[in-house]
Amino acid sequence: MSNVSVDANKASPDVQPENNNRRKFLTVATSVIGGVGAVAAAVPFVASWNPSAKAKAAGADVEVDISGIAPGQLIRVMWRSKPVWVVRRTPELLASLGNHEDQLRDPNSDVEQQPSFAKNQYRSLKEEYLVLVGICTHLGCSPQHLNEGAFEQYAEGISEGFFCPCHGSKFDMAGRVFQNVPAPSNLVVPPYQFLDDTTLLIGSEA
Amino acid sequence: MNGFMNWIEQRIPLTRVANMHAIQYPAPINMNFWYVFGFLSTLVLVNQIVTGVWLTMNFVPSAEGAFASVEYIMREVDYGWLIRYMHSTGASAFFIVVYLHMFRGMIYGSYQKPRELLWVFGMLIYLALMAEAFMGYVLPWGQMSYWGAQVIVSLFGAIPVIGPDLVVWIQGDYVISGATLNRFFALHVIALPLVIVILVFLHIIALHEVGSNNPDGVAIKHKKGSLSEEEKTKYEIHEYYTSKYDIADDVVPFFPHIVLKDLVAFTVFLAGFCYVLFFAPEMGGKFLEHPNFEIANPLKTPEHIFPVWYFTPFYAILKAVPDKLFGVLAMFGAIAALFALPWIDRGNVRSWRYRSGLHKYNILVFAVVFVFLGYLGGTPQENWKIVASQIATLMYFGFFGLLFIYSKNEKTKPVPARIPK
Repeated sequence: MSNVSVDANKASPDVQPENNNRRKFLTVATSVIGGVGAVAAAVPFVASWNPSAKAKAAGADVEVDISGIAPGQLIRVMWRSKPVWVVRRTPELLASLGNHEDQLRDPNSDVEQQPSFAKNQYRSLKEEYLVLVGICTHLGCSPQHLNEGAFEQYAEGISEGFFCPCHGSKFDMAGRVFQNVPAPSNLVVPPYQFLDDTTLLIGSEA
Repeated sequence: MNGFMNWIEQRIPLTRVANMHAIQYPAPINMNFWYVFGFLSTLVLVNQIVTGVWLTMNFVPSAEGAFASVEYIMREVDYGWLIRYMHSTGASAFFIVVYLHMFRGMIYGSYQKPRELLWVFGMLIYLALMAEAFMGYVLPWGQMSYWGAQVIVSLFGAIPVIGPDLVVWIQGDYVISGATLNRFFALHVIALPLVIVILVFLHIIALHEVGSNNPDGVAIKHKKGSLSEEEKTKYEIHEYYTSKYDIADDVVPFFPHIVLKDLVAFTVFLAGFCYVLFFAPEMGGKFLEHPNFEIANPLKTPEHIFPVWYFTPFYAILKAVPDKLFGVLAMFGAIAALFALPWIDRGNVRSWRYRSGLHKYNILVFAVVFVFLGYLGGTPQENWKIVASQIATLMYFGFFGLLFIYSKNEKTKPVPARIPK
C-alpha cells in the first residue's frame, strides 16, 4: 500500500474535506450545464412538431378567377387546406347589412379578425366581394350558407346568413357574429388582394 | 421443480412478489360486486393492447391510406373485423368499467385519507385514457374522426396569446392533416399506452401500500399488538403486511377468494361484451358513429358533431357556457374537481353507509346529472337543451360545493371498529 492511501484512510473518519465549496460549485455547475443541455436536446423534439417545409409550401398563396361568380353566389376554394368562401353580394344585401347591427357582438370589427383593410361595415376590400375563412370561430366547424329566407328561422327578419350546425353559432353576410351564440368573434377574413378585376389572390396583402 | 424455483428466486424475487401482491394480499371479506371493476379494467387494458398490436399490422397511418386500410382490415384480413370490433368495443367497455370503478370509489369514500394518491393516480389513468381514446378515434380518418379532432384541438386555441400558434404546433399544419394523423398514431400506439401501463403499475403499488377499502370503510389493518390472537386472521397473509400491522379476522387472501369472485364477474362481463361485439358493434351509432363510415372531408362538416358517448358529459359542459375560454375552463374544471375530491370532502367517515342522508342524496343526484349531461352532449342542439345543460353544469359543480360545506360538520352514524359480520 502506498503512503497516500494510508493517509487518506487515517483522515477520513473525523476530518472534513478541506474545502466543501469547491465540491458544491462543481455540483451546481454540472447541474446547470446539464440542465441547459437537457433543454437544448428537447428543442429538436419540440420543433419537429412544427409544420414541415412541405406543409408550409402547401400553405402558399392561391389565385382565384372570380369572373364567373353570379350575383348572390358563393364559391369555395381551398387555402391552407381550409375552406375559403368568396361571395358576390348583391346591392340589396349590402344595403341591409346596417339593419341588424344591434344584434351583433362586434358590429365594427374591433377584434382583429381581419386585415386592417377590411375593418369596415362590409369587412371587405371591394364591397361586392366578401372573402372569409369558412371555419366557425367557436370550435372549427364549417358553417352553412343559408339564403333566400332560410336564415330567418334562426334570426328573425334576416333572410341570409351563415349558421353553424355544430353549436348553433350565427353570422351575418359580412361574417359578423350574432349575440348569444357560442362563437366569440367574427369570422376570419384572410389576407388577400385583387391582381386585376377578375383575379383574386388569397394569402397576402398588396 | 423446487430446485429450479430456488434457482430463479435467488436471482429475481418471483415467488415473493407473486405472494405479496397477488396471492397472500389481504382483501376485506365484505368486498361486494362493486369491487370487480378494477380487475375488469385491467383485463380490458390487456384486450386493447393485444388487439391494438394486431391492428397496427395492417393499419396505414397516413391521410391517404388510413380510411382504406381500415376497410381493408374489415373486409379482407382474416378475422380483421373481429379484432377491430374487439378494439372499438373494448374502448367503450373500458370507460364503462372505469366509470363504475370511480363511482365505487365515491360511494365508499375510497379516495379519503390515506388513499389520496391512489385516487390521484387513478384520475391520471382516466386522463391518459381520454387522450388515448380521443387519438384512437382520429385514426380511421372518417368524417367524425376529422371533425372531432378539429373541435378538440381548437379547444387549445382558446388559451390567450399562445393559443393559435399552439394549435398549429399540435396539428403540424394549418389544419388537421396527415401530419396530425401520424403524430396521433405515434402517441396512440407507443407513448400513451406506456404511460397508462406505468400509471396502472403505480396505482396498484399505491393500493397495496394503503390496502383495499371496503363497503363499510372499516380498516382491516390495526396497530401492531392491538389485536389478540383470536381477533387476528387465520389465513396465510404475506409477512410484508403482518410484520407491520395486526391483520384482523376480516380478510381473505386475494388468491383464490377474490380472483375467483372476479372471474365470475368476468364471465358476466364477457357475455355482455360479446353480445355487443357480435350483434351491435356500432351500438346504434354510439360506439362507432355513422358519419365515420365516410372518409374525412375538410370542406364538409357533418350536420351534427358529437364526441363518442364517454366524452359527452364534458362536451355538454363545454357547450353550456356561451363563452369560448370560459367554456373550455369549465370543461377542464369539471375534471380538475374530480382530482381534488380527496381534499374537497372534509369528512372522516368513508362509506356512505355511515354518512348522512344528504350525502347519499348528493352522490345520487351527481350520478344522475352526469348521465343527463352525457345525454345532452350526445344529442343535437335544441333550445331547451341550452338551459338544461346550464342547470346541469351548475348541479355538477354544486355536488363538490355542497360536499365541501356539509362534510366539515356532517352528522354521521357510528362506524364499527370491525367489519360487521
